[in-house]
Amino acid sequence: MSLINYASREINCKLVYYGPGLGGKTTNLEYIYEKVAPASKGKMISLATETERTLFFDFLPVDLGTIRGFKTRFHLYTVPGQVYYNASRRLILKGVDGVVFVADSQMERLDANLESMQNLYDNMAQHGLDIRRIPFVIQYNKRDLPNAAPLRQLQEDLNPGWAVEDPARQRPVPDPNRPGETLVQEVDGTWVERVSSFEACALRGDGVFDTLRAISKLVLKTIG
Amino acid sequence: MSGASSWSFREEDATRIGALLNSLLREANARTALLVDRTGQMLATVGEEPRFDPVAFATLTAADFSANDQLARMLGENEFGALFHQGDRDSLYLADVARRVILVVLFDNRTTLGLVKLRVRGVVEALSALFTEMFAREAAGERRMETGFVPEAEDEIDRLFGS
Repeated sequence: MSLINYASREINCKLVYYGPGLGGKTTNLEYIYEKVAPASKGKMISLATETERTLFFDFLPVDLGTIRGFKTRFHLYTVPGQVYYNASRRLILKGVDGVVFVADSQMERLDANLESMQNLYDNMAQHGLDIRRIPFVIQYNKRDLPNAAPLRQLQEDLNPGWAVEDPARQRPVPDPNRPGETLVQEVDGTWVERVSSFEACALRGDGVFDTLRAISKLVLKTIG
Repeated sequence: MSGASSWSFREEDATRIGALLNSLLREANARTALLVDRTGQMLATVGEEPRFDPVAFATLTAADFSANDQLARMLGENEFGALFHQGDRDSLYLADVARRVILVVLFDNRTTLGLVKLRVRGVVEALSALFTEMFAREAAGERRMETGFVPEAEDEIDRLFGS
């Protein structure tokens, strides 16, 4: 729920990094914090356990600067990935404007990814929100590891697409982030839409800003 | 189910809220009053300029209230309508406004918790009416930014996050 504050001339948008435990959500934020110019970032807050596992959330505000007279800011949050912290996860989704799902590419984490994706759908529904109707991208993290699953398998599992009912939208839409691929396409007579996805190695920073750039643009389009 | 909704905060809203909060500070002899949206965004600050980072403060306030809401439900309560955090010098009193906003009053030993609570009660009623009106207004009309906002914002995103 982006807020346009005409009194203080500010726009704030909330982006949430979601995904299974130890998938790299906090690492994404840490890399962004390290690389964004000091003038553009606020204080990073981590409510974590003693072993640095996220307990409630990590939070990082990033200023985009003043656009058309409005100070525009993104609030980046992560949720705790561990299954038993669901109450915290649900709370962080309140008022979300865009979601990044950080999947762990390792073969042995395929079930954890699926479970977390289902949990995202369920928790959004509890807020009366439909993930298919808000800005949403997927990041396949840890692509550099030897036990990483093939991209195709991850896409089939986590980004199979949903049916496009509106006839006006039943036409091929190129994926702006993957030349030669489409986001909306006809499969066995049914039009399906997938979300943009990115390969990443968050520890090295690969793909981190590609993901952030894509979700930020999608969110701003919803208010512009 | 729907996608994310938005709402806006107008100049005249800020003026009316500012007047209410200023009178609260005077009557309660408190230092600063802040309004924080339940999603963690700062809406207004009145009184002494806070010495802390307001963005971080708003986020933690919203998280604090949300966590306590869950605790309330475990007790079979709908919510805790108000919270109190006591410090050696400075204390915070937080109260729910229309289930969407949190009023935070920062005060020190020049006043008492009892007086703050008493004055907040009246202001919460007035603020609730005002916010209910604001949310109804948003539900009624679609709100967009002026043309040209998105391309300019996209340029900034490319500049800041690399293209």
